[in-house]
Amino acid sequence: MNGRVLQYLVLTLVLLFLIGPFFIIVAAGLSAGESLAFPPQGLSFRWVIKVFQIDSFRDSFALSMALAVFGTLAALFLGVPIAYALARYKLPFAETLRTVVSAPIIVPGIIVGLALLRYLVVPLDVEVVTALFAAHTALVLPYAVRVVSASLNNLRSDIEEAAVLLGASRLGAFFRVVLPNIRSGILAAFILGFVTSFNQVPVSLFLSGPGVRTLPIDMISYLETTYDPSVAALAALLAFLSIAIVFLAERFLGFSRYV
Amino acid sequence: MSDFLQLESLTLAYGKSIAVESLDLSVSRGELVAFLGPSGCGKSTTMRAIAGLMKSRAGQIRLDARDITRTPANKRNVGMVFQSYALFPHLSVAENVAFGLRLKRMARQDLQARVEEGLSIVGLTEFATRMPAELSGGQQQRVALARALVMDPKVLLLDEPLSNLDARLRLEMRSELQRVQKQTGLTMIFVTHDQVEALSLADRIVVMNQGRVEQIGTPEQIYNHPTTRFVADFVGFENIFSTSDLHRLSVNSPSDPTNPAPAPLPLQTPAQALPDTDGLAWRPASVVLGRGNYQGTIVGSAFAGTVREYLLQTELGPVRADVNADLPAFHAGSDVCFDLPIDKAVSLSSLS
Ligand SMILES: Nc1ncnc2c1ncn2[C@@H]1O[C@H](COP(=O)(O)OP(=O)(O)OP(=O)(O)O)[C@@H](O)[C@H]1O
Ligand SMILES: [Mg+2]
Repeated sequence: MNGRVLQYLVLTLVLLFLIGPFFIIVAAGLSAGESLAFPPQGLSFRWVIKVFQIDSFRDSFALSMALAVFGTLAALFLGVPIAYALARYKLPFAETLRTVVSAPIIVPGIIVGLALLRYLVVPLDVEVVTALFAAHTALVLPYAVRVVSASLNNLRSDIEEAAVLLGASRLGAFFRVVLPNIRSGILAAFILGFVTSFNQVPVSLFLSGPGVRTLPIDMISYLETTYDPSVAALAALLAFLSIAIVFLAERFLGFSRYV
Repeated sequence: MSDFLQLESLTLAYGKSIAVESLDLSVSRGELVAFLGPSGCGKSTTMRAIAGLMKSRAGQIRLDARDITRTPANKRNVGMVFQSYALFPHLSVAENVAFGLRLKRMARQDLQARVEEGLSIVGLTEFATRMPAELSGGQQQRVALARALVMDPKVLLLDEPLSNLDARLRLEMRSELQRVQKQTGLTMIFVTHDQVEALSLADRIVVMNQGRVEQIGTPEQIYNHPTTRFVADFVGFENIFSTSDLHRLSVNSPSDPTNPAPAPLPLQTPAQALPDTDGLAWRPASVVLGRGNYQGTIVGSAFAGTVREYLLQTELGPVRADVNADLPAFHAGSDVCFDLPIDKAVSLSSLS
């Protein structure tokens, strides 16, 4: 009996710890007061409405969106062939490739960001946006390779041979029988990559310039000057967006199988 | 037409290790050929080479009077049913069967008629809209068969088509394969390591061992007249001896004082009558105990219903003998003489 009580206590604490901040943010965002505070002073949608009136948020949201979509697409464009090659061929440098591909998750983001700034943006005069795009692609790549590899490993390679014997070319077999069967893995990788890129802070921190800021960075710098609840409102909106995406993904793809 | 499909000194290798060495085989149109041999002897490798899924290191493959050694797999018109069926999981049964026809850009009506025909040959018409995951193993097998058949291949290769099925289904599919082959007149090669399957199904059997062909022949030839040590052992001629040993160890005084069952008439083979081959082999059932030119010691016996199985220690080596269980038993440890009747022997050209 005591054990049961303890179990529930621990469970409640864990949930409180994980989900609690989310409720605090939502409550703070719906506050009617002038400054970011909890408990909120009254309830209103004024800060939620204000979020949509701040120009810099609109720009940085667009940038973050574009980075997340195109960075993830680029990562998949590279990652699917890499995963395929790793799964199907005995590459002489397979281990090295695996390491290089997962480096971006192992190396701390701060270092990646600093390195890109110091050795790419500054000396080579590369556009900040380009560097951001490259960085986000590299960051998402490990996830893309992993998730796609997982679904490739569940797929027998002899169906490609069967397709070839029925007249398909090797490439045709890839598009006709491999791709359709790893489609849900690719979609899962896309969603995971999208969320990873969208939430990325450390790398993007270094790679911001005049008018070029991702949304999380923009929120931080907004907080430095203005301490009103609109940031909380924005955070809550983003959280709902993420929940919606993951919920839909789980509903239609069985997302959790791949992660 | 005895050379519809011809393999000429075909050598196949994985990197440095040779899997199949200098294999020769010709198959005539409409023939049903079985590759029989133990695991790892190169059966699948040979099939994959015929299909074009594997490059040959040396040698030639000719099909229907064309050299196809360098023809890519998708241009050979060779069908294959994989051991794992290899159905496309994202396509329905009908779409699986239609896959190759679509690649041929066959007209819609023709395609539909063809798919229906294919499904009806294997008796799966009602399952056209099912997905592969919703089928039993035997049904999946038949979809794979239909998918290959509708392409009208010159040769159909089947890699252990029956090994994943339970005993009842295996029998069913066996007759199904035979029926389809009769109905279509298709040239078929199938792989098996089940002797009974090969003997009952094939027109001709290719016995392989360690990447080489041991013997090619009809089921009767293989079963009753093996020519190599390996094949003899494989089909149950377990007592294999070199002719010179048989000469040397044959005793010319047949009377044996310890013999508990005195032979009414000596029937033993005079050593001079042995044929001029490297070796001779006998089935355990052909060995006669209690009389004869050879001597040994019983080291083991087991009752097996109609026969008693004996293991003898002899100067020739171990000898297995199955003796009618109605006859009086020999006891372990007793010395007996035995005969190896020459009319029951098969001669082996090589003992290596
Ligand atoms: N992909 C591969 N790489 C390296 N060696 C291989 C490969 N596939 C097969 N071999 C080797 O080639 C030889 C022949 O293999 P093969 O698959 O043709 O045997 P098999 O007769 O089909 O056996 P089984 O009855 O077990 O299927 C074996 O010694 C095997 O170890
Ligand atoms: Mg095999």
